[in-house]
Amino acid sequence: MRTAIVVFPGSNCDRDAREAILDMGLGSVDMVWHDEDVFPEPPDLVILPGGFSYGDYLRSGALAARARIMKAVREHAMSGGLTLGICNGFQVLTETRLLPGALLPNSNLRFICGPCYLRVERNNTPFTRSFPDRQIVQFPIAHHEGLYFLPPDELEELEERHQVVFRYADPETREAGAEYSPNGALNGIAGIISREGNVLGLMPHPERATLKNLIRGTDGRGVWQSLGEHFGVFGVLGVREAVR
Amino acid sequence: MNYRDAGLSDSEYERVKNILGREPNDLETALIGVMWSEHCSYKSTRGLLSQFPQDGPAVVKGPGENAGIVNCGGGWGLVFKVESHNHPSAVAPYQGAATGVGGIIRDILAMGARPVASMDGLFLGSPDSNKSVNLAEGIVDGIAGYGNAVGVPTIGGKTFYDPCFDGNPLVNAFNCGLVRLDSIVSSKTARPGDIAVLLGSKTGRDGIAGASFASRELDEDGRESRPRIQIGDPFEEKLLIECCLDLKEKGLIASMQDMGAAGILSSSSEIAHKSGVGIKIFRERIPLREHMEPWEIFLSESQERMLLIVVPEKMNDVMAMADRYGLECAGVGTIIEGDRYIVVDGGVTAADLPLSILGDVPVIEWPSQEPSDTEERRSLPLGSNSGNPAGDLLRLLGSPSGRERREIWEQYDCQVQLRTAEEPGCPVSAMRLPDSDGLMLFSMEGEPWKCRTDPFNGAAETMAQSLRVLELSGAEALGMTNCLNFPSPENAENFYELSECVRGLAAVCHDMGCPVVSGNVSLYNETPRGAIYPAPLVVTAGLVSHREFYVPSGDMEEGDAICLVGPVSGSLGASRWQMLCGGGSETGPRGATWTYDPEMERAFAERAAATSRKARVRSGRVIAGGGLAVALAKSAIASGIGIEIDMAGFGAYAYDLTYLLFSEGGPRAIYSVQAESLDKFFSIWDGYPALRLGTVRGDLLKIGTEFELSVWELRNAFKEGKPLLRR
Repeated sequence: MRTAIVVFPGSNCDRDAREAILDMGLGSVDMVWHDEDVFPEPPDLVILPGGFSYGDYLRSGALAARARIMKAVREHAMSGGLTLGICNGFQVLTETRLLPGALLPNSNLRFICGPCYLRVERNNTPFTRSFPDRQIVQFPIAHHEGLYFLPPDELEELEERHQVVFRYADPETREAGAEYSPNGALNGIAGIISREGNVLGLMPHPERATLKNLIRGTDGRGVWQSLGEHFGVFGVLGVREAVR
Repeated sequence: MNYRDAGLSDSEYERVKNILGREPNDLETALIGVMWSEHCSYKSTRGLLSQFPQDGPAVVKGPGENAGIVNCGGGWGLVFKVESHNHPSAVAPYQGAATGVGGIIRDILAMGARPVASMDGLFLGSPDSNKSVNLAEGIVDGIAGYGNAVGVPTIGGKTFYDPCFDGNPLVNAFNCGLVRLDSIVSSKTARPGDIAVLLGSKTGRDGIAGASFASRELDEDGRESRPRIQIGDPFEEKLLIECCLDLKEKGLIASMQDMGAAGILSSSSEIAHKSGVGIKIFRERIPLREHMEPWEIFLSESQERMLLIVVPEKMNDVMAMADRYGLECAGVGTIIEGDRYIVVDGGVTAADLPLSILGDVPVIEWPSQEPSDTEERRSLPLGSNSGNPAGDLLRLLGSPSGRERREIWEQYDCQVQLRTAEEPGCPVSAMRLPDSDGLMLFSMEGEPWKCRTDPFNGAAETMAQSLRVLELSGAEALGMTNCLNFPSPENAENFYELSECVRGLAAVCHDMGCPVVSGNVSLYNETPRGAIYPAPLVVTAGLVSHREFYVPSGDMEEGDAICLVGPVSGSLGASRWQMLCGGGSETGPRGATWTYDPEMERAFAERAAATSRKARVRSGRVIAGGGLAVALAKSAIASGIGIEIDMAGFGAYAYDLTYLLFSEGGPRAIYSVQAESLDKFFSIWDGYPALRLGTVRGDLLKIGTEFELSVWELRNAFKEGKPLLRR
């Protein structure tokens, strides 16, 4: 399995994503600078990492969406290649319209960094196939613009098409929804997938919950485990072990 | 330019004329004035600072470089330093704090290290004052705005509140980085023929002569000081970090220096002076943002710039790398033989000074006198007794300096780079290390109240406290960095307090074998309304060699024994209880503090180290602010379980509940120990006071029959107090 991580000026979770993938034994990783025209090798997975691309100075993700490498990213995604946008990467995906909606400033107008509980709403995607149905997981968040917004009719359509993959949740009651959004996200939406099921964007950081013996757990391993299974790197039996 | 406007005294100006054998011209006067400012020269404190021990087995680079380096194992060096940004933060809190974070990161970067973690020491005014809350809001916002975007986690810190910081908050920014020991970059390796290169932002009219501004008292509204303030751009800094590390990796840098106080002047003269060479700077080659006078160009503190020293044949590669990162890059000078600092402007020599005049600044000996009201400050008011210990405990837990400050640290990215091994609210900050299963721990401490009533013992307690936290957690201290935050040294009583505090810090460093590897001094912390209390801040770095030796602070379990090690009581003088419950809000800090006892500190350190390696205890916590009661309460909150204390455990010592519960100071700690480890635990602590006080159980904190509070009530007081920021 071959992963390409796009590095924009100001990206700061690019190295973390690589470390998480290498820790999981998911194959090789290419770091691809923003002003490249093409990927060095055709990737199986493209990651748009977290951070502050171009300082987020115009609007989060807006400048990155127009970077030179994005033409190759778009072609990869449009031809069905798996694409994962984490945090700032999710913002870039909405700016490129590869995913619908927009990420607005958090409702408290502050940056929030903390552990965060999510419910896995779909486990029939390449990114979530190793999670049990409706699993509650903890992936940390760290963002200033994480309020997922979509006009009401489009939001309804998004829900009808089951494009919501992660929803903010209460770990005790296992309920999920807007009331558990740390940032005011509509319908408690933390992560969505494209209609075709190959482009996933989420605000929480699975790569921050991957290495062992650090704060905020290892639930993120489930995402990498899923991808490994999808590409046949792992057998399907290792599921529970991976998250543990 | 008048020499007084440049900040020189009459006698200093005479000295300049004597050294030069002539009158300096305007540009030269401005350059000398800034280099001789307190901020750049440490002229009031250099004599005092020589008391600090600088050598230790782990020290790779001590003071004198941009930051100190200690060996943290596996072929890696830990580079660390703390630096004040007090004056700018008082005038423009957002930019002041933001550029404090950015500035210290470049110090670490200059050593060739990747900056990996930040911490912040904040001393803030009363949260009851609107002005103080607005300043706090701006400061926290600035740290978050810059630190988060630059991609360096803020893993912990220290926040302290007192009205003496109204209008003069202290912002002490700490950063540390990791560097392979065989790839350290030095600022002492420039050679004749090399090119001096400016990398990063263009130079503009921000932060002009900020170093002089930081060497005077603040005026009432700070408006006049606005042009002194620097403006930060974390995006530019992030690119600068990646570009410099890339340049270093490819062997393109001969030497490097960050550009902080006194900008181009200070960085270029320092690198030449330390390398034992001269330097010639061509004014017109410096990229400018706007039209500027020559003296402004040299003193501008525009942010996000580095000075590189490059050999000529590598210059093209350096330019290409800068281009890749979209950074401005220009060769602005040449390293020359000799000892001259020369500025050429349009082909004409505009300044020509011996480097020694910029680098070797005359020391000032200020008069020193013990404060006349020392006796009053050291006497604890009669009748200092708690009538309501349960109420006092809740009050201490909910006080601004005592309560959880999640609303502050939740705004900081504490996790990026994937090294953080403890949550920001813990007594100690922890980070994993490359190529090892060890942990790097940091403890940041400051005790202005104790330093006010007894500067020697207060500062000693500050330093000792910081070490105890490391020792208890299983770490061996490798080194210390400090910020000496004080008012004007020109007042004899202030200078006495400064001297005594330094003596106290140095005593502990000597006795406990902890070298001082870097630091910073910030004087003139006063406004027309008054001076701050003496506020030395220390950060100690310690290594836990194997993760299994780490003793956490909040992992108690049902059935564990609660043991107290150390004397059953410390001192109530200048304690949290005295200040918040014992009349201190009216009188200020009163009473003698714990008297520093090196023998006892060493005895504690040895046993704490043995405990972490051999005893398999569940958790431990040093007794600090708020005393035993607060330590028990915080452990109960963190573990989500109750504690029952049996007063019989104190034996004959159970004489005064206020002292038992709330006194502070001294090497004292509580441990929770599982039953099977108790014998081992007490054999390790043999020869040192150690008592079994009670048991972990239930959901109440029970202090004998004196009082009980539910863990829920404690938690509420600790977590749901009055807001510290604007809502």
